[in-house]
Amino acid sequence: MNWTVNDLHIILVGGLCAMACALPGTFLLLRRMSMMGDAISHAVLPGLAIAFLISGTRTSWWMFFGAAIAGILTALFSQWITRFGKVERGAAMGIVFTTLFAIGLILIKQTADDVDLDAACVLYGALEYTPLNLVTLFETETTILQVPHAAIVIGATLLFNILVIGFFFKEFTMASFDPALAETQGFRPRLMHYLLMTMVAVTTVAAFEAVGSIIVIAMLIVPPATAFLITRKLPVLIALSLIVAVLSAILGQVSSQALPYLFGLPETTSSGMMATASGFLFLLAWLFGPDGLIKKRTGELEKPMELED
Amino acid sequence: MRPEHPPEFPLSVHDLTVAYHRKPVLWDVELNIPEGTLAGIVGPNGAGKSTLLKACLDLIPKTSGEALIYGKPYEEQRDLIAYVPQRESVDWDFPVSALDVVAMGTYRKLGWFKRIGRTQKNQAREALEQVGIGHLADRQISQLSGGQQQRVFLARALVQDARIYFMDEPFAAVDAATEQAIIELLQNLNARGKTVLCVHHDLATVSRYFDYLVLLNMRVVASGPTPETFTRENLQKTYGGKLNLLDDVAHALKNIGR
Repeated sequence: MNWTVNDLHIILVGGLCAMACALPGTFLLLRRMSMMGDAISHAVLPGLAIAFLISGTRTSWWMFFGAAIAGILTALFSQWITRFGKVERGAAMGIVFTTLFAIGLILIKQTADDVDLDAACVLYGALEYTPLNLVTLFETETTILQVPHAAIVIGATLLFNILVIGFFFKEFTMASFDPALAETQGFRPRLMHYLLMTMVAVTTVAAFEAVGSIIVIAMLIVPPATAFLITRKLPVLIALSLIVAVLSAILGQVSSQALPYLFGLPETTSSGMMATASGFLFLLAWLFGPDGLIKKRTGELEKPMELED
Repeated sequence: MRPEHPPEFPLSVHDLTVAYHRKPVLWDVELNIPEGTLAGIVGPNGAGKSTLLKACLDLIPKTSGEALIYGKPYEEQRDLIAYVPQRESVDWDFPVSALDVVAMGTYRKLGWFKRIGRTQKNQAREALEQVGIGHLADRQISQLSGGQQQRVFLARALVQDARIYFMDEPFAAVDAATEQAIIELLQNLNARGKTVLCVHHDLATVSRYFDYLVLLNMRVVASGPTPETFTRENLQKTYGGKLNLLDDVAHALKNIGR
């Protein structure tokens, strides 16, 4: 097994990305709309393609813009189809994101196939190649600190997500728990909804190139879901899902190097293993968590709830 | 001619129609709730009781008509109203404590971005004491019983410190002790000059709980002080051909000796 600074770079990018996803993912989970993350991360594709067609470049700002609009449109369309088509919400999301994703694929195939905006890259990402594009943070005569370019983009996204959720923590919480109360108090829960959708879309795009959409979908859903098995305190829940996100990245990269070595398997992909690792951590929480299977089977009876006065 | 809706009424509803998918749920509702009453909105299932509250609070769109709070649109009078939705309308598995939920009632005064501080926490604690579950303040809401959850909602309305309280089925599926605690609390609010508007479905307690009554079945069948309004004739009009209910009605009327 060959452990190099490249692996650290891959973990850095993967970990930052996982944390950036876990933050909005927590609120998706609490609103019981985790699949919206899946839908948006697919549906941003036509936004990317159209932004590329208009601008002719892969400049980040255009891409962010296109993706954010596509993300909000996904949320809007799903809502309209639910309301006017009398279709259940999950089905409405399915209709919207598969259609948009397909349009995006066609657009890319037709127009941009030869300019390295290809579909496979969008799905699986190119995490292994991130260390090839390094940026020097600082340099002295003896030391040099370099990080992958992707780490800066995703790090900035993480910072953006931290700021938005930090700023609107109280508003997000109330709008998720009791939208009617938020509305009557004048806090515009629908606005909060679209802000969350924008966060998901922007995060997805930032993560796309480096890590691909599979890991984005996994990290939007699995770390918060894992944390939810362990705690019912919101600040703890958020902290735990960030920890699970980072652990998934580390565990994923380590096993992507170790497994082929141990079992003589062919190469595995880093992003695939990170997503798998998050699933493994979920399994652990499900088995050993405070309400886990083991405790349920072997634990003592809980104290009964006290009587009402 | 337009009926009178003088601004001294906490709530006056004029020509209100609400429809879902072109199917009317409320039809031409005309209503004045006088100041300082403890008013019940009573009617069969699907009569539009909750819809009436929600339409007044702009939570669902009105097809036509208006609802005025002290003569002004709700948008300008948000501060005057506290709304207690049906208990099942929220997810009680949500990761917050009883105190967190009650503190949400202070958010309007707090405004955007600001975090709750000691003042708000103390207010919330005090309100929880008032509804008799001060000792459960730090309990996660998933670990509360139905009655305790309803009390949390009520405490949240208390910290909003409103002049009008809109309550949607506060007595639904709670234990007898909680029901008693809630009605005492509502009467207490009422005694302090607050107006309370309460969606209710138990005919047996109507005349004991409410001094003003709105009988609703898509339209307002009758409204006025309970003694004049809670009559066999009006109830029959409200509940119509639902014969199985007439036994309840007879029972309820016997209780008040009419």
